[in-house]
Amino acid sequence: MDTLSNYLLISSILFSLGLFGVVTRRNGVAVLMGVELILNAANLNFLAFARFGGMNMSGQVYALFVIVLAAAEAAVALAIIINIFNNFNTINIDDVSELKQ
Amino acid sequence: MADFAFWLIAALTLGSALMVVSSKSLLYSAYSLLFTFIGVTGLYVFLWADFLAVVQVVVYVGGILVLIIFGIMLTNKISSVNISHTSVQKGVGALVVLGFVSALGLMVYSTPWIQLPNSEPAETTKLIGNLLMMDYLLPFEAASFLLLGALIGATTLSRKDY
Repeated sequence: MDTLSNYLLISSILFSLGLFGVVTRRNGVAVLMGVELILNAANLNFLAFARFGGMNMSGQVYALFVIVLAAAEAAVALAIIINIFNNFNTINIDDVSELKQ
Repeated sequence: MADFAFWLIAALTLGSALMVVSSKSLLYSAYSLLFTFIGVTGLYVFLWADFLAVVQVVVYVGGILVLIIFGIMLTNKISSVNISHTSVQKGVGALVVLGFVSALGLMVYSTPWIQLPNSEPAETTKLIGNLLMMDYLLPFEAASFLLLGALIGATTLSRKDY
């Protein structure tokens, strides 16, 4: 179990699932969930390389920054999605193709 | 035993991630996301990142997931019980993503990764704090500006008269 390849494989599968969610989902909130999966996969990579690269703590610091960015991104994205819902009465991102209605 | 726990946690993570992207109901997706985050937390513990594991639980499960569930509640009519959402072009998407993941897996298992000797640190919090205050002070300050900007931006965007 304790090999770098196993962690990398898990994180690449997680990344691909997130990508699948982003490209196939049409609900704005669901697309956001896919993005969260992708960010988690990236974090897993950072920590795996940190541990197997001689327990270099820089990887963990970068993972911390990724978590900070994910929190900021989720807050702003949900504010935008709620605004879209108020203006268009839908959050199907295929229907939201105009800047102004 | 640790082996079994590792594969169990990996299966929990990937299985619930699959539920997130394939479930018909949006709320089921959100609750599956909870289990994905918890599974990733377990993997962080396996990677000796105890502080990051706690941060993951606090920020993702306590913050982002609650925000997402709020987002679902605010953008759907609660009276309509069936909060569902659809996917488009599932077949093509699955095919492309499957090709992508097999390419990545091939790359992962065929690359001779250089691994340095490592030992389990007694505590990671102190080391992370030292790095944040010394080597990574500028990114740290930039992150605090970004959080301030996100705070003001999200508040402004969700005001009624905007």
